[in-house]
Amino acid sequence: MEKVMSNKKIIAIYVLPALTLILALVYIPIVMTGYYGLMKWNGIGSMEFIGLTNYAKLIKDPMFWTSVRHSFLLALFSVLSLIGYLLVALVLAGQIKGANLLRKIYLIPMLLSSVAIAQLWLKIYHPTNGVLNRFLASLGIDNTPEWLANPSLVLYAIFIPILWQYAGFYILIYYAALKNIPSSLIEAARIDGANPLQIALKIKIPLIAGVIKVTVILAVIGSLKYFDLIYVMTGGGPNGASEVVASYMYNQAFNRLDFGYGSAIGFFLLLMCLVLTWLIRKLSASDEETQYS
Amino acid sequence: MLVFVAVVQVLPLVWLFFFSLKNNQEVFHLPPFALPEDPKWENYVKVWTEGNIGVYFFNSVWITVVSVVLTVFLASLATFAITRMKWKLKKPVLGLFMVGLMIPVHSALIPLFSLFLKINLINHPLSIILTYTAFNLPLTIMILLGFYYTIPRELEEAAIMDGCSVHGLFFRIILPITTPAMATAAIVNMIFNWNEFVFVNTFISSDEYKTLTVGIQNFVGQYTTDWGAIGATLVISILPILIAYLILSDRIVEGITAGSVKG
Repeated sequence: MEKVMSNKKIIAIYVLPALTLILALVYIPIVMTGYYGLMKWNGIGSMEFIGLTNYAKLIKDPMFWTSVRHSFLLALFSVLSLIGYLLVALVLAGQIKGANLLRKIYLIPMLLSSVAIAQLWLKIYHPTNGVLNRFLASLGIDNTPEWLANPSLVLYAIFIPILWQYAGFYILIYYAALKNIPSSLIEAARIDGANPLQIALKIKIPLIAGVIKVTVILAVIGSLKYFDLIYVMTGGGPNGASEVVASYMYNQAFNRLDFGYGSAIGFFLLLMCLVLTWLIRKLSASDEETQYS
Repeated sequence: MLVFVAVVQVLPLVWLFFFSLKNNQEVFHLPPFALPEDPKWENYVKVWTEGNIGVYFFNSVWITVVSVVLTVFLASLATFAITRMKWKLKKPVLGLFMVGLMIPVHSALIPLFSLFLKINLINHPLSIILTYTAFNLPLTIMILLGFYYTIPRELEEAAIMDGCSVHGLFFRIILPITTPAMATAAIVNMIFNWNEFVFVNTFISSDEYKTLTVGIQNFVGQYTTDWGAIGATLVISILPILIAYLILSDRIVEGITAGSVKG
């Protein structure tokens, strides 16, 4: 038995296909990204080694830091919205009729492609014929804003569909975690005279702390690498007002054909995601024991 | 509050459906949520017959199916070796797959583009099938992992005693009993691949191989001012997912939960 299940040849046959793919198409490329960041390169012609020039340029590039700030702003909004999603899940996981149907409805936007969502919201935000401004006009507001053309509004106008897209996902995760709490615990607290608010704050939320940590990581990492909807809706514009790190990387590489600089941005994005994941795990390590499974 | 959230989640889609049945005159002058007096179903006929929607649609279907089957099969093989077999490097190898969950696709995009350019896979469906598979392996393995750990050891001991080979054990016993987990993983994969945008947009340039997401993006560009046609295109692109959701909603909900909470 022991011998059969540790046959090296068979193990290799089973693991190597998947391992080769992930090494060749995920791990080697991310190392190459760091390496290409040291090059002057238009993507097709020959490369020229220029050392840390791209990385130095990155540090001095105000547009890059603007995109970093926008990405972090999106992360902040996403994490704050988790509070709302948790609230919805807490109510939903109480004995509500139709909870099952409701959580399924919440999830619908997440199943749709970002392109379809982006096109739909482009129409919603349309300055004259969009449903939003027509609604505002019907309330008697005359100077309805041009949501996506106004540099001070565009970023927030884009955050809304992103939060809309993922709301159901987080509500669903919280709901599943809350449903996993044994009812005897809640029952015991109720007998001890705890009110619903106390039960939520002192029992339910601590018990799902592990899941909350995971959602915070997902929301932060997801926000930092967010791309599709912003790229389709505004391409980062007007004038960089909605540029995020991933869209800035894409624009520099594939639209301005500066692949060396794009790679430097891509490498920075990778470091940002890994460091933040590690940091969040580290900061919330003490919560580990309370995770209920 | 709960119903309000539900309304917010679907209202934009209802509006989309309504304007897909209108002409511009009606879109701009009727109240947003009024149905037109005679629905313009011809918007749908027009976009389906005029452009390449049919081709994009077919590409999305077959590319999604091939990638999902490949991903789930390779992930099953790897998960089997990691959870059931004895070898020294299994912990670091599993770690390698799990760290893959945190890696943003954009950080690998430029080298992948240059790699596919070199080996002539740019504008070839294989480039997206392989990247979908590689990038979905971590999540798929994570979903399968929990299920594999619950399979009792006695099962494989009995099989081996009876003279079953490791391959026989995997193909005839393990694969059949992990069907539910594979289904869950397949559904999550399916949703990701169906909606994927960046890889197709970067690697594929000819209409012949574009999938629905990138296809509609270009297609909508042709109808910048015809709202009914744009609406119809978008409805066509989201309808398959909505129908699949109506039929498989429990599985999809379960798949999405399983794919996230276990992290």
